[in-house]
Amino acid sequence: MSQSIINEVKKASKKSLKARDNELASVNKQLNILNGGLFADGELPYFKDKISEIGHYPLKPKKLEILQINVGYMCNQVCEHCHVDAGPDRKEIMTRDTMEQCLEVIRNTGAHTLDLTGGAPEMNPNFRWFVEEAAKAGIKDFIVRSNLTIIRANKKYHDLPDFFKKHNVHVVSSMPHYTRGKTDKQRGDGVFDKSIKALQELNERGYGMPDSDLRLDLVYNPSGAYLPGDQAALEKDFKKALDEDFSIQFHNLFTITNLPISRFLDYLIASENYEDYMYALVDAYNPSAVANVMCTNTISVSWNGWLYDCDFNQMLDLKVASKVKHIKDYNEDVINDRNIIISQHCYGCTAGAGSSCQGTVA
Amino acid sequence: MANSYYDPSDLRKFGKITEWSEELGTKFFEYYGKVFEEGALSAREKSLIALAVAHVVKCPYCIDAYTKDGLQRGITKEEMMEAVHAGAAIESGATLVHGVQMMNKYNKLSM
Repeated sequence: MSQSIINEVKKASKKSLKARDNELASVNKQLNILNGGLFADGELPYFKDKISEIGHYPLKPKKLEILQINVGYMCNQVCEHCHVDAGPDRKEIMTRDTMEQCLEVIRNTGAHTLDLTGGAPEMNPNFRWFVEEAAKAGIKDFIVRSNLTIIRANKKYHDLPDFFKKHNVHVVSSMPHYTRGKTDKQRGDGVFDKSIKALQELNERGYGMPDSDLRLDLVYNPSGAYLPGDQAALEKDFKKALDEDFSIQFHNLFTITNLPISRFLDYLIASENYEDYMYALVDAYNPSAVANVMCTNTISVSWNGWLYDCDFNQMLDLKVASKVKHIKDYNEDVINDRNIIISQHCYGCTAGAGSSCQGTVA
Repeated sequence: MANSYYDPSDLRKFGKITEWSEELGTKFFEYYGKVFEEGALSAREKSLIALAVAHVVKCPYCIDAYTKDGLQRGITKEEMMEAVHAGAAIESGATLVHGVQMMNKYNKLSM
């Protein structure tokens, strides 16, 4: 691929696929790619066939543990790999009415973890009200996925570390590498310095310190067409480098495999890495990861209240295969008695040590 | 047949060598896997050694494989290039040290 095409893709990628009218903004187009090509030709096995071999088809949920709510696709960043296709131009934002419906569920759920994500969840105008109300429900682990730069993006967000601390929020933040070059390449110029500053501010509040209850975890996902390395080894390298260079502390590093959907799929195809990447995912298929993939203990709620098996299925608009499909009709027992919808992107969660929003699973 | 001696997609077929000699192939891959486990050297260090050797033996498959392996381990491009230079320095040193043989021979033959 020529440098000029790469530059064109990079220039265009400052906007979401949706804003660019890119054909991959269509979920049908994405599903056609995932179900066709190498898989339709029989070169690679369908995910369904692989999990059938070990008796896991249809894939069924276990006990619900994590309620993951996506409060909107608006974000201050436009990361190249983003499976949400988030960005400043996305206007899908959860309304207060839908938040009320979520709160009703949060108060009654059997899940022990509430996981707020986006976009940048903090950009939802009702974010703080929602956190205050949700924190009252006394869920054991209350996660906010913060991209860090939002804390430095605008004065109105500068007090977020104090706000998180006040509500004992567990902060989970993306950090693709401990070097400036790799971080900025994936997430945009200046992201590294802003992220470092935000991490230092969180540390100052006690977040991420070795014996602190204020949990600060980092998320690593590869900046390109390759799978994440060993989670423990990467955590060790991140801890050493961030401590030595910036005196930054954090608790755990979660490695997450990039799934071949949305902007990452666009990148794979444009860079002619799609086939190799799918081979790598299928080669790395680990049957022992299947039983613990996150869709077996998570429900994902979209900005407009629809329910999905995971955040990836949400982006592919594959709503849960259940009579209950919307948060307003939520019924945990009914939802838990469903078959999980799968496609070839699911290989991303079963590769190597497995992958989930909480890191490895096998 | 491919019209090139090297086809990048052949790398993912590497495991198939076992089909024509099961015992030797299996033993090789067991050994190979064991070599790259964490040991007195870290797996990260061994990945960089492998990358340097890949260049010295000029194996395009190995270069692809260990560049990707390095990326997966979070190894930076600066570290990778230094490893390649370490390999190149030994390779050029190996050539140049033979200059001593040339000098010895020259001196021996000269009056």
